[in-house]
Amino acid sequence: MNDKFLNGNEAVAYGVLLAKPHVVAAYPITPQTKAVEKISQFVQDGDLDCEYMHVESEHSAMACSIGASSVGARTFTATSSQGLLYMLECLPYASGARLPIVMMNANRAIATPWNIYGDQMDIMYALNSGWVQLFVEDAQEALDVTLQAFKLAEHKDVLAPVVVNLDGFVLTHTYEKVSIPASSEVDAFLPPIAKYDHIMSDEHPMSMCISAGNHQNQGFKQLQHEALFNAEGVFETIEREFSTQFGRAYGGAVDSYRMDDAEIAMLTTGSVTGTARVVVDELRREGIKAGLIKLRMVRPFPTKRLLEVVADLKGLVVFDKNVSFGYEGTIFTNVNSALMQSGKMLKVENVIGGLGGRDIPHHEIKSAYMNLIDKKNSKQVRFSDEEVTA
Amino acid sequence: MSQKLNVRNITENEYFYGHKACGGCGESLALRLALKVLGDEAYLSLPAGCMAAVSFIYPNMAFKNNAIITPFASTAAVTTGVEAGLRALGKKKPLAVGFAGDGGTADIGIQALSGAIDRGEKFIYICTDNEAYMNTGIQKSGLTPFGAATTTTPAGREIRGNINFKKNMFEIVAAHGITYAATASIGYLDDMINKIQKAKDADGPSYIHIYAPCPTGWGCGSEISVDLGKQVVDNGLWYLAEYENGEFKVNRNPDTFEPVAPYLKRQGRFKHLEESDITMIESIRDQKWEYIRNNWV
Amino acid sequence: MKNFKMSPKPVLKSLNDYPMGSSMPSFHITEGNAGWRVYRPVINHEKCVSCYRCYYVCPDGAIHKEEDNSFHVDYDFCKGCGVCAHECKLKAIDMVKEA
Repeated sequence: MNDKFLNGNEAVAYGVLLAKPHVVAAYPITPQTKAVEKISQFVQDGDLDCEYMHVESEHSAMACSIGASSVGARTFTATSSQGLLYMLECLPYASGARLPIVMMNANRAIATPWNIYGDQMDIMYALNSGWVQLFVEDAQEALDVTLQAFKLAEHKDVLAPVVVNLDGFVLTHTYEKVSIPASSEVDAFLPPIAKYDHIMSDEHPMSMCISAGNHQNQGFKQLQHEALFNAEGVFETIEREFSTQFGRAYGGAVDSYRMDDAEIAMLTTGSVTGTARVVVDELRREGIKAGLIKLRMVRPFPTKRLLEVVADLKGLVVFDKNVSFGYEGTIFTNVNSALMQSGKMLKVENVIGGLGGRDIPHHEIKSAYMNLIDKKNSKQVRFSDEEVTA
Repeated sequence: MSQKLNVRNITENEYFYGHKACGGCGESLALRLALKVLGDEAYLSLPAGCMAAVSFIYPNMAFKNNAIITPFASTAAVTTGVEAGLRALGKKKPLAVGFAGDGGTADIGIQALSGAIDRGEKFIYICTDNEAYMNTGIQKSGLTPFGAATTTTPAGREIRGNINFKKNMFEIVAAHGITYAATASIGYLDDMINKIQKAKDADGPSYIHIYAPCPTGWGCGSEISVDLGKQVVDNGLWYLAEYENGEFKVNRNPDTFEPVAPYLKRQGRFKHLEESDITMIESIRDQKWEYIRNNWV
Repeated sequence: MKNFKMSPKPVLKSLNDYPMGSSMPSFHITEGNAGWRVYRPVINHEKCVSCYRCYYVCPDGAIHKEEDNSFHVDYDFCKGCGVCAHECKLKAIDMVKEA
């Protein structure tokens, strides 16, 4: 084990190095580039023995990954924003074929207007793609979850592709001290990829990505849907194993901070969690019973776990770094649906912020919390700058 | 130099059987014979198109080989991904083969094909060209020839059929400096299967462009597809050529061509053509052959 | 194909009966194509000289050679397209209307 000063991209690259994929296929896009550059360096230096495919597009990055994974290779790719949208067609192919591909996505704004900075609009387009969706908060978590992602994707009860989301620039380009596990320890945690019966092999020729007509198609989809739910429990088991071995734990699908006696809380995904943590501490000092819910897994959606965490809350504000035009933030929609399932009528609000890399200042987070108490702003769904102008 | 292949020395095994292609389908004949040359070891990638639609319908699987349907644009990308995956897993000389139609190759798949050839690893790409999007109901592709009526270039009152020319995939592919490329036709099967053997032996990417008549889309009897494949070579509207070691070679260079009119008149897609259109088609042919004879012979 | 055996059709009663992912074992052929045929090719073995042409050009691979060098049609899979008869130089294949 040794410590290095790494940004989020490089932390993922070290995770990939340690996971020893057979094939990496990637196309450059800001702000993902440093990850694939670092992986290329590992390959060119002989530190990582894998086929690095210099593809001509993100569509082909995913198509090559599908090809490699369909014969049993451990496969990694990375993308962002428009690149993710370009490969979008291929994502359900991979999940429908139950291929355990792991991808990093550097969350970035979607054009237009053009913008290279971070928000989470991009991955919301992939919400229905059948991929497991994980979000991380810092560089250490990025490395650790990359390792966990391979184990999760390849688990026999899951066999679904996994995307690890890192906020563009805020996380991909920010340097932090990262502890890099020893290769031998990672080998013990993440054994070589298993041989699966549903993929192609010399021994058992298979026909993959077949067509199924209107009588059977829904059954295939239903099976896939039910299998994806397994990812939540398996992820929590994997994290416990990881914690035993490496001493770091992140709270599974839903992490909570100072939630034990909390009356109001914010729900976040990704790097904004760090700012919210500081705000919670401040509110607590002021005598306000505030807490924080860090949603780490958006698909499968951890409904049961979330309902446990919010059980005693009076108010919840969901911070979305995305907007579904003409409606609301997408995480908010999902959270609301979960709350409806419980029959619990909790006061929920939605603040949309950080779009196109817009700064998310401390006072906006704080006023989002405060609005649950003082009701200065009557809009249930609003943009973060309305917090201060209200 | 391996022995020349012919119908008597290729395997009697079938690798593509019970498929649901239309009667007389030229593409399915090309695939069937290609697989006899390529054998069990070939891993196949096919985009969503006729050949995928007729052979992977649950629960009826018509390929004996490992085979995967790819996203439409991705035949070459998935093919090379399979190759890279197998190689990374330690398989010596994996044989990954992509099969796509004209639209899947010359239109939506050309970017992935170009990228895959550029990477330089060994794979085989076979384009079975029936000159339109047949699986979706005979729409114009980049390989639809001048004059042909399709459902998106009908023989209208103002514009009679397709007024564009066929994209030159063979030379586009060769311009990459590919290890081996060839054109072929189901009318010249010995030529075709030996070119597939050469592609199998090539130490790098290879591309075979097979002229594969489609009775359904062309409006002709199902029994004449092979005959049309011969006629189109004999009248010079298609040519049999190779690109190898950086040089072009034409395999058949007839002194005189058969007339084009009888070939065109057998097909419903050309029945609207007037004398001036046929003259135009002949002049396109003659220009092409002037180029071929000046540069490739 | 000679002595070709079809596979049984899978029965899907519950989700557990569905195959994993969207994958099936290759060469799993559950039904023939005989119903497509309007005319059936009948090889006249008096005229046939076993030149292999019909076997070569069949898009369905539905003509095979027996040990005695005679060629035969697998009528389970022949679609009756007529390419074999059209290509036969000796006119040794008749296309006969199905009853």
